[in-house]
Amino acid sequence: MELGALYASQGADELMFLDITASHEGRKTFVDLVKRIAKHINIPFTVGGGISELKDAEALLNAGADKISINSSAVKNPQLINDMAQNFGSQFVVVAIDAKHLEADQWVVTVNGGRIPTEKRLFSWAKEAEERGAGEILFTSMDHDGVKQGFANEALAKMSSELSIPIIASGGAGSMAHFKDVFTAGKADAGLAASIFHYKEIAIPDLKSYLRQEGVNVRL
Amino acid sequence: MKIAIIKYNAGNIRSVSFALERLGVEYVITADPQEIINADKVIFPGVGEASSTMKYLKEHHLDELIVKLKQPVLGICLGMQLMCSHSEEGDVDCLGIFEEKVKKFDLPKPNPDFIKVPHMGWNAITNLKSRLFDQSLEGQYVYFVHSFYVAQGAHTAATTHYILPYSSALHKDNFYATQFHPEKSGDVGSRILENFVKL
Repeated sequence: MELGALYASQGADELMFLDITASHEGRKTFVDLVKRIAKHINIPFTVGGGISELKDAEALLNAGADKISINSSAVKNPQLINDMAQNFGSQFVVVAIDAKHLEADQWVVTVNGGRIPTEKRLFSWAKEAEERGAGEILFTSMDHDGVKQGFANEALAKMSSELSIPIIASGGAGSMAHFKDVFTAGKADAGLAASIFHYKEIAIPDLKSYLRQEGVNVRL
Repeated sequence: MKIAIIKYNAGNIRSVSFALERLGVEYVITADPQEIINADKVIFPGVGEASSTMKYLKEHHLDELIVKLKQPVLGICLGMQLMCSHSEEGDVDCLGIFEEKVKKFDLPKPNPDFIKVPHMGWNAITNLKSRLFDQSLEGQYVYFVHSFYVAQGAHTAATTHYILPYSSALHKDNFYATQFHPEKSGDVGSRILENFVKL
């Protein structure tokens, strides 16, 4: 909760609270915690983890979430994207995709935090999610996540050229230059990182002034 | 000072109420006509689809109520679009407080920079014209989420450029409106809400 308020005051543009083990362990995100965070931050707030029914999303909306992120549950039941978009509007629905690189432009979609490969392929699944009403795609490359060697820019740029909704890039941030690359080479609409901010390896105000200097249009 | 947030079938009312709590302002979320009329100020929030929301407002006689309000009224996002004369979203006539029209963003063709619709994220507001804004807010960034935009017109109170220049705020008499979400626009948004509270 304190971290959320701190990031907001430091100039983070959006906050995502993802309980990435929720599906794996079969537990629900804590609605009360979401409510306490939402009360204290004045920037857009997305919540994900363990959302598999409309009533899960409704509880989070009422707790002050601006958007929800669905991942494994959408892969299992793609109709959930349509239902969420029809009930709450596309702007409320972020479809998160975790994918592993196979070869060339083939990426396999995985679920349960990258543990289980599925039949779905990255680009066709992202397109389907858009057609079903997703408002944004959060794409995490499981090959780049945690490695800190940069984002999956080639795949991101391909996805960006094929979709008309915004794409949030995740996985691989290790330096400020990686963020510049994801917005220029990767054509991403937003860049997400967790550990480098949590462990204070990069400070958000420094990152944003760097990006502005490099010609990326960011809010300071 | 009491603010009425009009309750109808739209999302994100909670975000608006949390923002008012952070400012220490008393508010009530209500669809009761008398409570709305008696409030010092009224906020008409909105996230949703225009034609179905207009239908809902008519069924609940909120359409007649809103246009007759005399105290300062602030429409947000879809709230602003519904205060215009007509929306291309569901081809529907709206409340007609502002003569401006609501149109769908067309993606540029060709689109080498991969511009996206909806316009989602932070963008600058310029050419500020109403008491919602003070000089310190010129060129500041606020948060947007929308696929339809209000064309520029006589009541444009702020301009934002995305694909084309459009009205990111409107003002006429006691009616104020923002296409962006002040409740989600950091300290800049808080300041705009504070300016509205002080009107």
